[in-house]
Amino acid sequence: MSEFRMPSLGADMEAGTLVEWLIKPGVPVKRGDIIAVVETQKGAIEIEVFEDGVFERPLVEVGAKVPVGMPLALIGTAGEAPAAAVPPPAAVPKPAPQAPAATARPEAAAPAAAPPVEAGARQKVSPAARQLAQEAGLDLSGIQGTGPSGEIVLADVAAHAGKALPPEGAMTGMRAAIAAAMARSKREIPHFYLAHTVDLTAAEAFVAKYNEGREPADRLLLGALFVKAVAGAAKKYPEFNGHFEDGVFKPSTAVHAGVAINIRGTGLVAPAIHDSDQLQLDALMVAMRDLVIRVRAGRFRASELADPTITVSSLGERGVEALYGIIYPPQVAIVGFGTPVLHAWAADGMVGPRRVVSVTVAGDHRVSDGHRGALFLSAVEDLLLKPEAL
Amino acid sequence: MNIQEAEAALREELHRIAPDIDPGDIDREGDLREEFDIDSMDFLNLVTALNKRFGIPIPEPDYPRFASFSGAVAYVAEKVT
Repeated sequence: MSEFRMPSLGADMEAGTLVEWLIKPGVPVKRGDIIAVVETQKGAIEIEVFEDGVFERPLVEVGAKVPVGMPLALIGTAGEAPAAAVPPPAAVPKPAPQAPAATARPEAAAPAAAPPVEAGARQKVSPAARQLAQEAGLDLSGIQGTGPSGEIVLADVAAHAGKALPPEGAMTGMRAAIAAAMARSKREIPHFYLAHTVDLTAAEAFVAKYNEGREPADRLLLGALFVKAVAGAAKKYPEFNGHFEDGVFKPSTAVHAGVAINIRGTGLVAPAIHDSDQLQLDALMVAMRDLVIRVRAGRFRASELADPTITVSSLGERGVEALYGIIYPPQVAIVGFGTPVLHAWAADGMVGPRRVVSVTVAGDHRVSDGHRGALFLSAVEDLLLKPEAL
Repeated sequence: MNIQEAEAALREELHRIAPDIDPGDIDREGDLREEFDIDSMDFLNLVTALNKRFGIPIPEPDYPRFASFSGAVAYVAEKVT
């Protein structure tokens, strides 16, 4: 018998609100199974169990705000008889009303007596929509979703609330989470920055050739090559891949590249693509598409948020030349790709127009320095110049 | 497919991707990606959706036809028979 505790989903997280259990008492679970949904400042996160066993019983009620590290449920060993005397559910404070929302009705946001919800019949809700519903004291079950797969999006809740979207500039939950993490980063991490410009001729030709004759669903984006190149370089230069915790740098043998994904009108998150260095380009592209769809629908997994060992942030096709990132603690590096642009470029003794991209790295001076950073960025360049080897 | 049908289909698919943008408010001749604030992944998802819905291949060399909303409408109307 062991306790399943509220995981930490980022340096800035202190507590999460239990939204629902996706499993019933007595059901066997395997390591990695998603068993609960927790609402955090980053939105609704699916929580995985970390061991094999049997879901004995929940220890907290739906709607409870639970501090990180506090037991959520009991997990029994498979085959073990259920514990005779199970401690009563821990006393947990009801969710506190959001401070800035004068209209919040916490009793409406805490469906403590709600019946268990069948897994699979869940209504998907975007993080921003959930936030607004909570602030307005609205019951989400009465709202029809109009998102891509029927999920409730911000506009649905706003229409239902009969009120305008939050005013421009209001710090929503996700913005507050970003602010906390970035402020901590700027306080604690001595950043150094390096920039380089990389010729994209080979990479773009590779993508165009790959996509020729392929259905749109199977096509590659240049962004997948960027992630793969960074993952390859991170594998080679481990001082840019891992976590700095309690004064010690712990390099990671696996490369879980966090990919910064913009969420319309809400902010951004950078969940991990697990083992990005091991994935072939097509599999990496599938993983990125899947991640973007789930993030925008408001659903991603706890391990995806907690696991990134390095972050990649890419401005995409519409933007400006360069992006200088801020490291997401406890990581030690972030790589920024600007918008690819046409430059007059000297190559093979000639000057001509070439599409190039600015690549930057922010590194943690407690772990590495500019010399190693330059080698790391050069490795990213080498990989992008030989895309067929990616 | 006539222009009205193509426009209705495009509005529907764009609404899935950019539910916060009202096609009635956009500049139909303006840059499609800017008007709807969509990135390359969103655009690929739009192309994928149109491909699945109508069975039109939409090869990459045709992407420039999607430069504006009205251009995209004309393209879909022309390709879907």
